[in-house]
Amino acid sequence: MKFTWFNLMPWPHLPDDFRERHRSVWVDIPSRLFDPQEGHFVYNRYMDQLEYADEVGFDGIGVNEHHQNGYGIMPSPNLIAAGLARRTSRAAIAVIGNSLALYNPPIRVAEEFAMLDCISGGRLIAGFPVGTSMDTNYCYGQIPALTRDKYAEAHELVMRAWAEQEPFAFDGKYNQLRHVNCWPKPVQKPHPPIYIPGGGSIETWDFCLDHDYNYSYLSFTGYLRGKLLLDGYWDRVAKRGKDESPYRAAFAQTICVADTDEEAERLYSEHVSYFYNRCLHIYGGFADAPGYRTIKTIKHGAMSNMMEDMQQVFPTLTWKNLVDEGYIIAGSPATVRERMEHLIKGLRVGHVFCLLHVGNMPDDKTRHSTRLFAEQVMPHLRNMWPEWKDDDRWWCKPMENRLHPEENLQSARAHGKAPR
Amino acid sequence: MNARTIETRRGCKVRVFEAGQGVPLVFLHGAGGLFAENPFLEKLAQRYRVFAPELPGYGESTGEEQLEDMLDFTLHGFDVIDALGIEKPHLVGHSMGGMIAAEMACVAPHDVSKLVLVAPAGIWIPENPIPDLFSFLPHEFAQMLFHDRALGEQLLTGGLDLRNMEALVEFYIGNARRLGMAGKILFPIPNRRLSKRLYRLRAQTLLVWGAQDRLIPPLYATRWREHLPQAQLEEIEAAGHMVPYEQPEAFVAAISRFIG
Repeated sequence: MKFTWFNLMPWPHLPDDFRERHRSVWVDIPSRLFDPQEGHFVYNRYMDQLEYADEVGFDGIGVNEHHQNGYGIMPSPNLIAAGLARRTSRAAIAVIGNSLALYNPPIRVAEEFAMLDCISGGRLIAGFPVGTSMDTNYCYGQIPALTRDKYAEAHELVMRAWAEQEPFAFDGKYNQLRHVNCWPKPVQKPHPPIYIPGGGSIETWDFCLDHDYNYSYLSFTGYLRGKLLLDGYWDRVAKRGKDESPYRAAFAQTICVADTDEEAERLYSEHVSYFYNRCLHIYGGFADAPGYRTIKTIKHGAMSNMMEDMQQVFPTLTWKNLVDEGYIIAGSPATVRERMEHLIKGLRVGHVFCLLHVGNMPDDKTRHSTRLFAEQVMPHLRNMWPEWKDDDRWWCKPMENRLHPEENLQSARAHGKAPR
Repeated sequence: MNARTIETRRGCKVRVFEAGQGVPLVFLHGAGGLFAENPFLEKLAQRYRVFAPELPGYGESTGEEQLEDMLDFTLHGFDVIDALGIEKPHLVGHSMGGMIAAEMACVAPHDVSKLVLVAPAGIWIPENPIPDLFSFLPHEFAQMLFHDRALGEQLLTGGLDLRNMEALVEFYIGNARRLGMAGKILFPIPNRRLSKRLYRLRAQTLLVWGAQDRLIPPLYATRWREHLPQAQLEEIEAAGHMVPYEQPEAFVAAISRFIG
């Protein structure tokens, strides 16, 4: 099993009456709610936490891309990843990812990911989301019905740019480039492992299977609801005659660990509530621009996930609802362990993106939960897939002789990190 | 009206409603498409030979993947006219259809007779942005599009009750298909630089606007007339953006006066 510590980077100062006063946390959230000076502290705290996750033994540290979003202040995950690459040298750096259709030209993604792979010594995991409708269509103005086509073309361009040894001309519908010559190139050959985060579009399954990419299901509704969708994915894997390595799939899960179940509620309940009540307050009209989802996906039952629907559910959820219905996995190390086993086996996943910072959780609690998970949960879950233990097709392959720049930091010495 | 399906040379299959005798008049619908009942078309058919094609992605017309940008939509308009075997028709375009009709009249100014633009899209006034129809919730359409909201709800849903999940899914799928198509020329801002081509437009032009249009408010008519100083304007009272449906008689009367 591989565990990646993921920080969505929520803005932790949304007011108590946010739901009542504003229609959406995303797209048209009032920018006056962002305080840049406070942003200085928030960004640095979140980056410190990602580095801490590396220290305590998480396999990966993860970042993602959102725009105009109160629960994700990371329009450029590559900037954060670059910082992390210089302050860690062990964990994979999972950028999940860059929304290909938004980069003009998308060769930019090939270049920046190659830089990250070089700086980190081959630790990059490269995510290529189509992107949510909120980010892609409403914030970044892409035409909904053409978004997937543009994404597919951008994907082709990036992969070719990494693979080709000579400059080439690319005559695309959305990108015409006479001289494509990706310089630099990634360390990992033929390319870094590729993850495709999906929210439920069935076309994405085939895309992952066509290219043998990892399918990462990212949702905030937890593993019990996630099962329905991942069962569909595994059916598709079987139909396509692919092997059933659990490492083909990843799942994102909100997790809170404390010494006891009661302590978990006492410590984390208000922060989880902040996340579900304020951070997920998304205007229904922004959930799904007409044309963004294919008719096939809508018919497949995406309606049950309709944001407008969930909007009515989230505010009514109590801690008990959230735990019992699996939105979050929370409790003592023993409880969390048991639930995680259920998640891992039930969804058949080899990768978990652990959302251990939740909503407006302060630093000490985040580290407490993170450390308990690393020390008392993770070791027991390592060998959940013994028959696939050598399957590293979806993990990074770092250079043996890579540098450890973080050990040169004075602050590292001050914190007693032993130089190598 | 009779309905038949024609195939354009590009390969789109287009359902066309037609009725009437006389000079040909082509009606191009807006982003919402034609409704189940279109009384204004029947009234127009008492004077003209009326054709109302449905754009691919609407109703039973298919081939939407072949139309991707403004030029595709514009040429498709002429492809339909060719497939119908008519020449130099009068063009009446509503909202998005008005945008397409105006483009057609700019691209091939000698191939269009008279032009009627009904609350056309295609121009953007930064100080008066048009509401983002792509982010409307299902229940918001009626109040944005109609002066008479109750009538709007009835026409938009065709009698479906949107509180019923199945009806909502049905509405959602149709809406995704229609507005997904419309988005290719209207998203995120309905401005494909038509205004820099309007100097080419030669057809006699009538602008028709609902006085209570909340989607593209009547002040947009003023901007259109700055580009088309010869154009006439008819403002129709007690009508919102869906003026042909809300005031079919006044609407048809205005067109009849103009075309003759």
